[in-house]
Amino acid sequence: MFALETIAHRLRQGCQTMSYPDGPAPALPDRHGGALRVDSARCAAGCDACVPVCPTRAITRLPGQPVALDLGRCIFCSACVEACPPHAITQTNDHRMAVRGRGDLVLGKPGEEEVRLAAALDEKLRKLFGRSLRLRQVSAGGCNACEADTNVLGTIGWDLGRFGIQFVASPRHADGLLITGAVSRNMELALKKSYDAVPPPKIVIAVGACAIAGGPFVDHPQVCNGAAAVVPVDLFIPGCPPHPLTILDGLLRLLGRVERRLPP
Amino acid sequence: MNLLPSLRPILDELTQRFGAQIEHAHAPQPNELYLHAKLELAGALCSTLYRKHQGRLAGVFAEDARAGQNVFFVYYLLALDAAHGFVLVRVPIPADQPELNSVTNAIPAANWQEREIQDLFGIRLVGHPNPRRCALHDDWPEVYPLRKDFDLHSQLPPFMGERHKFREVEGEGVFQVPVGPVHAGIIEPGHFLFSVAGEPVLYLQLRMFYVHKGIEKLFESLPIPHCVRLAESISGDSSVAHATAFCHAVERAAGVEPPPRARALRTICLELERLYNHIADIGAICTDVAFVTAHMHAMRLKERILRVNEELTGNRLLRGMACPGGVRFDFDAGQLRALAQLVDELERQFNDLSELTRGNSGLRDRLETTGVLTPKVARDLGVVGIAGRASGFDHDLRRDVPHDFYDQVQFTVPVLTGGDVQCRFDVRRDEVVQSFAILRQVMAKLPAGPIAVPLGEVPADRVALGYVEGWRGEIFHWIHTAPGNRLARCKVKDPSLQNWPALSEAILGNIIPDFPVVNKSFNLSYSGTDR
Repeated sequence: MFALETIAHRLRQGCQTMSYPDGPAPALPDRHGGALRVDSARCAAGCDACVPVCPTRAITRLPGQPVALDLGRCIFCSACVEACPPHAITQTNDHRMAVRGRGDLVLGKPGEEEVRLAAALDEKLRKLFGRSLRLRQVSAGGCNACEADTNVLGTIGWDLGRFGIQFVASPRHADGLLITGAVSRNMELALKKSYDAVPPPKIVIAVGACAIAGGPFVDHPQVCNGAAAVVPVDLFIPGCPPHPLTILDGLLRLLGRVERRLPP
Repeated sequence: MNLLPSLRPILDELTQRFGAQIEHAHAPQPNELYLHAKLELAGALCSTLYRKHQGRLAGVFAEDARAGQNVFFVYYLLALDAAHGFVLVRVPIPADQPELNSVTNAIPAANWQEREIQDLFGIRLVGHPNPRRCALHDDWPEVYPLRKDFDLHSQLPPFMGERHKFREVEGEGVFQVPVGPVHAGIIEPGHFLFSVAGEPVLYLQLRMFYVHKGIEKLFESLPIPHCVRLAESISGDSSVAHATAFCHAVERAAGVEPPPRARALRTICLELERLYNHIADIGAICTDVAFVTAHMHAMRLKERILRVNEELTGNRLLRGMACPGGVRFDFDAGQLRALAQLVDELERQFNDLSELTRGNSGLRDRLETTGVLTPKVARDLGVVGIAGRASGFDHDLRRDVPHDFYDQVQFTVPVLTGGDVQCRFDVRRDEVVQSFAILRQVMAKLPAGPIAVPLGEVPADRVALGYVEGWRGEIFHWIHTAPGNRLARCKVKDPSLQNWPALSEAILGNIIPDFPVVNKSFNLSYSGTDR
């Protein structure tokens, strides 16, 4: 009898998958904050109140230079937002923050107040991967938070499969790697071997503050300060952990399946 | 000495028996008794507490005190659940002869932790049954990262690749099946080497610490307020539990009591963490035996909780909420309404999920008598949390040494004795139901008032223990403060470290295709173990 009950249960549930990206993205709650924006023009002269409060040393201010906030290192604790009296650092509530170049995550210079969102792969790669992208996930020294919110993309609410994106069991079946974690010395070799096992052409996606820059474990001899120290990275998705929406946006952006910059 | 009355007779008995060999006893907290003893006494003292007083060896850790006292200290943390307190035995090890007699043969729960001390401090474990490397893999150079003279900015020489020798298992028809460190799903790394004869598993060797990040060393390099964010990243699915345990330790060192509202809000977060993990695990156990409908239902409920988490704290995993002295964010009326609504809705829908799984004979067939961990082995290995309680090992810090708001709420601790996957499944299901009750009571009794007290600089040279019953089991943070609002040492004890060896026992005689579900029924953290 349980088979019938299971089917009935399944029918009662109906379709649970969100309409995004055809419909609007689910809104982030106010407290989330989303990507940061840095208007260094608003900085008080000589003020560096935001620098010491940052737990991952993502903010620097050299004499005579505008403040520089590295969103790749940021764990989005919002301590700098609270510590900034003239509101030079603000939250945008925008979930989109994936970039192609590491430098595109550094905020603060005039014209570089926000992240420079990722451009799509070139025509040739898009033809190869645009409608079918198989990724091998390598967890290389994080805390399992990025892994958890990547896993979530496979569940019914998000249903990554509808975009032709799938996580596969072997690097040999994959078009690329999705790396989380700061790359511990104990995982360095395994990551290299996994990368080598992916047939070219291949792409590498670094997810989370650890994989981008070492995150909370930055500058420790027992980690490599992120994936780029070991393999070339094509897409950086910041967060600690990144919101599943941020990861999804990054993947779709890379495949040229969302607009470069929509009004939020 | 302001000692809990239930610990007093234990202290009296020990001082009577061991006399002057216990050099000093003090209790910085009423339920936290420190015994400074001579090195030779370590084994006898621990064995007495373990056997006679039913203590659980909850932690073994070291500290480099060579600069001031020319010794390393080794601490044994014993949890005395019936006496509602902890005993910490401290012994000195001379700097010029860093050797320690292993207690693993008498108390198997010490196994991995002793090896970790050997790797990270270079203190040789004499008489350890398996003294091989664990935290630092075999290809590491001869460095001892937790010694004070190991510079955090030192350059390590290049590693020369794998040299680990697994134990050979030989015999006609015996095969070895290596799995990992990179796993097939989106899972943290670890290596499992199965030895099988036909289908049944004869022997399982675990090799962990692939994600060892030297977190305990990092704690020593950061100002205390930044350490909280690091504590949140010890194990992603236990962000609240680890951060709260760390905050407890700091608050005790500073002699500060967080306000009632903060304690209540922390309890809400701890229970939300328990709920989303337990429900996800129930789903994941179903998926490992191909019951996908239940899995999808569970993941939908988990997602529902994560969205509310985000609404409450700005983070799906409730990060950013903890701070020493209280919590960072208050919940307004709207947020509390959303929480109350979540509990009502979850209860109804979780009931649905329970019925769906209870009525499925195919599911029960796969879960019952699979991956049995007997009560005796659970006690020997000191298995904690849900895995312990599914094997008749009845302890829960929320009840035995209530922290935060748990002394203000009524709940029961589900304990089963079968020790199979079904029991670990059922313990989770029953705890979910208890969590609903706890959340409702906390919301009904939610005190008004401030959410944090200012902490200022934490005085130097204080020791303190922070503890929290996380969803997976008990979490300890032991700190020793240093001048300048910093830490001289922070020992982090995740329940997974204690429970991994139990997996090797539970899988014996089972078939490899059942390993995923057995593993999932424990659902241990690699990152929490490896740190």
